[in-house]
Amino acid sequence: MGKVLVVTSGKGGVGKTTSTAALGAALAHSGKSVVLVDFDVGLRNLDLIMGAERRVVFDLVNVIQGHAKLAQALIRDKRLENLSLLPASQTRDKDALTEEGVALVIAELKEKFDWVICDSPAGIERGATMAMRHADVAVVVTNPEVSSVRDSDRIIGLLDSKTERAEKGERVEKHLLLTRYDQARAERGEMLKTEDVLEILSIPLLGIIPESREVLRASNVGAPVTLSNPQSAPARAYADAARRLAGDTIAMSIPTDRRGLFDKFFGRRAA
Amino acid sequence: MNLLSFLRRRSSAPIARERLQILLAHERATVGGQPDLVAVLREEILAVIRKHVNVDGDKVQVKMDRGGSVSTLEVDIEIPSLTPAAEAVAA
Repeated sequence: MGKVLVVTSGKGGVGKTTSTAALGAALAHSGKSVVLVDFDVGLRNLDLIMGAERRVVFDLVNVIQGHAKLAQALIRDKRLENLSLLPASQTRDKDALTEEGVALVIAELKEKFDWVICDSPAGIERGATMAMRHADVAVVVTNPEVSSVRDSDRIIGLLDSKTERAEKGERVEKHLLLTRYDQARAERGEMLKTEDVLEILSIPLLGIIPESREVLRASNVGAPVTLSNPQSAPARAYADAARRLAGDTIAMSIPTDRRGLFDKFFGRRAA
Repeated sequence: MNLLSFLRRRSSAPIARERLQILLAHERATVGGQPDLVAVLREEILAVIRKHVNVDGDKVQVKMDRGGSVSTLEVDIEIPSLTPAAEAVAA
């Protein structure tokens, strides 16, 4: 029986879809079977980030409405055979995501895959609550910036009250993923530090993803950053985060792209 | 950071531009209310085949590749063999 993981944040543009793709590809690379589910109905983008936009035939809403079987809607990744994608639809009808329909699809995916990774839309509307509804594990993506931290706090509240696990009196395992982190600016006091964000949100840290040009490059070419340039700083940070999700204990570090002169930053302890 | 990786990085924006042009050309054609061409083709192709044999909806796989000038639609239909045994079961 697979685990359901939701990648969520409240605020838009902090890196949910990037993180979904990168963590999913890293877990698949380690041998697990992984499916990425896009819950952003009406504004899907995970297909584009994964480079599968030309191959979408059916989507999550088609499956929920019975117009397609789940197996017909899943798109197998061309680089990793144990990585699949279930795209969101481009319909404007947000009510297309019915509670029963989503429950059935998630249950079927849990049978087939080790990890079911739900990419939440921004906001706290239906798509976001449906994405977190069946989660066992949550990755809260946060930028070291005031509005992102505030929205993450709202989302943590929802994870503790509106999920299936919360309603049964169980816990959703929550992890903080700090993205677009600039070590130098944090040290100069221009940006919230890791320990500031951790103290405010008080959930355990899954990883720190450094701000990097590699993330835009990966999205340009349609590949998760962990596959487009596995040696890059964000790719190594995501790979470590994925191993922590899988239960490994790895010392927390902030990888850097800058070698040579800046080598002293390499492997620097955080928090 | 060597020259090769520098050049490689510079070349990603044109890829993004081309991907978007192809994707948006297709999306503008379908999101505007017109029926999805893939769905229409799939149903009509299936209808033709159903006139001759019994097709199980689960045994149909549709693959699509949307290109700039050419798109491909691949419909994989498992047709039950017409041996006497199979016909006896069907009857």
